[in-house]
Amino acid sequence: MTTLEVKNLVKDFSIRSGWRRTSLRAVDDVSFTLVPGRTVALVGESGSGKSTVARMIARLEKPTSGQVVATAPDGRQVKNRHYRDHVQMVFQDPFASLNPFHTIEHHLARPLRLHGRAKSRDEVDALVVQLLERVNLAPAASVAYRRPHELSGGQRQRVAIARALAPGAQVVIADEPVSMLDVSIRLGVLNLLARLQREDNLAVLYITHDLATARHFSDDILVMYRGRVVERGPADDVILNPKHPYTQLLASAAPDPEMRGRSRLAVSGSIEPTGAGVPRADSGCNFRDRCAFAMDACAEVPPNFAIGYDHFAKCWLYPEGATSPERTAVQGRPA
Amino acid sequence: MTNISPSTEPVSEPRQGPVPAAPEAARRRPVSGWRAILPRWSPKLGVGLGLVTAIALFGILGPMVVGDPAAINNVGLTPPGGGHLLGTTQTGQDVFAQLAYATRGSLQVGLLVGVMATALSALFGIIGGYVGGAVDEVFSLFSNVMLVIPGLPLVIVISAFVPAAQRGAWMIAIVLAITGWAASSRVLRAQTLSLRNRDYVAASRVAGEKPWRVVSVEILPNLLPVLASQFVFAVIFAILSEAGLSFLGLGASNSSTLGTMLYYAQNGFALQLEAWWWFVPPGAVIALFGCGLSLINFSIDEIINPKLRTEPRKRAASRSAAA
Amino acid sequence: MTTNTTAADARRARPGPVLTVEHLDVIYQVAAPVHAVRDVSLTLGRGEILGLAGESGCGKTTLAYAINRLHRPPAEVTAGSVTFHDRDGHDLDLLALKNEELRRFRWVKLSMVFQGAMNALNPVTSVRAQLDDVLTTHVPSMSRRARRARCAELFDLVGVDPGRLDSYPHELSGGMRQRVMIAMALLLDPQVMIMDEPTTALDVVVQRGILREILRLREELGFAVIFITHDLPLLLELSDRIAIMLEGEIVELASADEIYQRPQHPYTRKLLDAFPSLTGDRGAFIRSGASSSREPLPGSQPETVDPR
Repeated sequence: MTTLEVKNLVKDFSIRSGWRRTSLRAVDDVSFTLVPGRTVALVGESGSGKSTVARMIARLEKPTSGQVVATAPDGRQVKNRHYRDHVQMVFQDPFASLNPFHTIEHHLARPLRLHGRAKSRDEVDALVVQLLERVNLAPAASVAYRRPHELSGGQRQRVAIARALAPGAQVVIADEPVSMLDVSIRLGVLNLLARLQREDNLAVLYITHDLATARHFSDDILVMYRGRVVERGPADDVILNPKHPYTQLLASAAPDPEMRGRSRLAVSGSIEPTGAGVPRADSGCNFRDRCAFAMDACAEVPPNFAIGYDHFAKCWLYPEGATSPERTAVQGRPA
Repeated sequence: MTNISPSTEPVSEPRQGPVPAAPEAARRRPVSGWRAILPRWSPKLGVGLGLVTAIALFGILGPMVVGDPAAINNVGLTPPGGGHLLGTTQTGQDVFAQLAYATRGSLQVGLLVGVMATALSALFGIIGGYVGGAVDEVFSLFSNVMLVIPGLPLVIVISAFVPAAQRGAWMIAIVLAITGWAASSRVLRAQTLSLRNRDYVAASRVAGEKPWRVVSVEILPNLLPVLASQFVFAVIFAILSEAGLSFLGLGASNSSTLGTMLYYAQNGFALQLEAWWWFVPPGAVIALFGCGLSLINFSIDEIINPKLRTEPRKRAASRSAAA
Repeated sequence: MTTNTTAADARRARPGPVLTVEHLDVIYQVAAPVHAVRDVSLTLGRGEILGLAGESGCGKTTLAYAINRLHRPPAEVTAGSVTFHDRDGHDLDLLALKNEELRRFRWVKLSMVFQGAMNALNPVTSVRAQLDDVLTTHVPSMSRRARRARCAELFDLVGVDPGRLDSYPHELSGGMRQRVMIAMALLLDPQVMIMDEPTTALDVVVQRGILREILRLREELGFAVIFITHDLPLLLELSDRIAIMLEGEIVELASADEIYQRPQHPYTRKLLDAFPSLTGDRGAFIRSGASSSREPLPGSQPETVDPR
């Protein structure tokens, strides 16, 4: 089973405004590991850099520095040529990720052929039907020859998942796979992903802005803010016991009917990000302009402080936690 | 990964017992996807297609049935009637026969220019748009330069350069294609840039497609409506420009087109002599053909921009019955 | 100009609902007619927040537009009535208003914040100019100084620095633009505000800020709100009553507590089940306790095509 290691990823975009060129650091020193059978959630608001991380892993963008390394089951590094056999992506928009001109069969047959999973017409047809059935699109034969606009959003997303599985990928990046679907269909699609992960022992990276589904569907959560991972740890720990002020802000801002009537957000932090300025790279903690607990120490970039078993936060509020180098491996534990 | 409950997974359609033998069932003829990109039927499409088809048929089949357009009689300038459907020219040549041959000539030029200009604009626009970087900059610069150079003067200059003896339909077509592809390439480049960032293009790259396949299999089919529209534009442009060139005496001198017909009519003082049957028919054919092509283009616009579509309304009678 | 009526004042001034919709039917008259709103009846109390929940295509936006008479052909109201009970005692039949009366009614008595309202601001004029526009159109007698004062007052009210009045829309963040739209909707002190997915495109933290403002403004000014969204947990936190819409019909209408504790209709339960709880037990749904029915999808949705 393939393992994916992300090491110290950095991505800078150069922005031109008038004659000046500035550099926007979209992803700043992000590291984590995806292991078979576990789901890691990358949680953040828009602008946090989570989609950029996904695109770099999918090799749609080149990192400015850092590495993404896939290790095959036999222990050897996966060569570039075979990278896409192992790592695939499910896109956010079910309406845009399928080509309106082609049939569903085309969308699934191409990856099958490209990655050598089937050669003859018969093999391809059989595998296409099999894939469609695995994602609960039946009767497969009639769906295969429809075009995307004839399917609903949920059905299209299932096709997108089937397409990601077609090359036999072991690592699946799901970039906000359900945020554009109707509410009542979302859980169905997420459950499908969960089932497929169990059946195939996949390593899944689940990218979302929704804390609730992140908590329910993943084993570990990484919270990103403005390009940095500010808190990481087991899902329950991060959600129920958030330590970083930003995570606390997120958790308290999410709608929760249990809190009806209570004036929420007596908590830290100003609501609006102040101004749309280009974030400065490396000039201290990037949350301090919104943080109620900002101190002088925050002028320096905080390292990862341990605050619990495998639970880390980049915040000077917890300096007594033993600092560790950027923990990259989230070791597999019995689920 | 926690699975909330397997039973919350909805099945899209109910299973139908054991899976039917896959290969046979899967090999059913695919529903034509071309229907998705063809224009919807509407009155204006009907009129447009009708005009274009009628004139095209006239141009293709006409010369086989009419008489010899070059046969000189000495009846002189006669109005329609008595054996000559559209009268005769100054030299007694049958206008109707000339019209048939001229239409064919114009259609040939139009088609040639349409194909060549579209091919050139596709090359510079689509490839530049997809590849990006230095190639895009160079292609873009080139097409911008071609755009800025005033078209008609350029055509006139090039035409005048070519000695009269070699000015055939092919040469004129080449000249017009060279001067007319630039605007179209900008449109195609813009469309390609927009399509290049679509998720399905990214998805096919992630799936492992090679770049040339991404362009030809993913992007090109979605560009077909725009390409078709640009092709129609090019044909209209060609026919009208050719007419203009020929009228100025710079056109294809050794072949017969609607423009040359107008040229000869002008030379034969048809307007002053009130010989309307000589210059009105060619002008009318040009106008009607252009009109028909434009109507077809409007219908193609509706595919490109679905917001332009007007939903067919129910009749008022049945609506009040429902109320 | 400001009638500082609090919610309680409003209720005391004229008891009873502020808006009554009875058996409303809206049909899109196209080749295969689409019955977008079927026999919808609801009442909106003064100062109440009524949540309208449903998924895409259920007709909630069509309903909002029809109440406002903003619907355009081919949408047509084929049956039913919409009555506005003005606080000064009159009752207005909204569907029967003539053009001039409708113009006088709109924005003064009932205003609307549209979906994607953040992008509804004119990019080439300052925000102040756009607010001024509203005032000069509806209250031509207002002096320039009075208008400036009113705009500043409203900016204060919605929590935006009045110093930003002269900014252009692109200089403001998404959340601020949404507050500007809310300010614009409040300019003439309406009695009802219809908000169509006002926070869908915003980050959850910004959304929390906007919701706080709406609650506070409701307390201070006493207007009623129809809040349209698909985010049911949001409504459960925010609204007094909730109406659940499915395929054009209101399948359940009850207080937020009732919907949360004792949902009756299977679709309501299905919607509730779609939102995992953030802080409850892992694996529990938003309704902790007995699991709700796991019915299969109620058939595929008919293609309610919303031309917008």
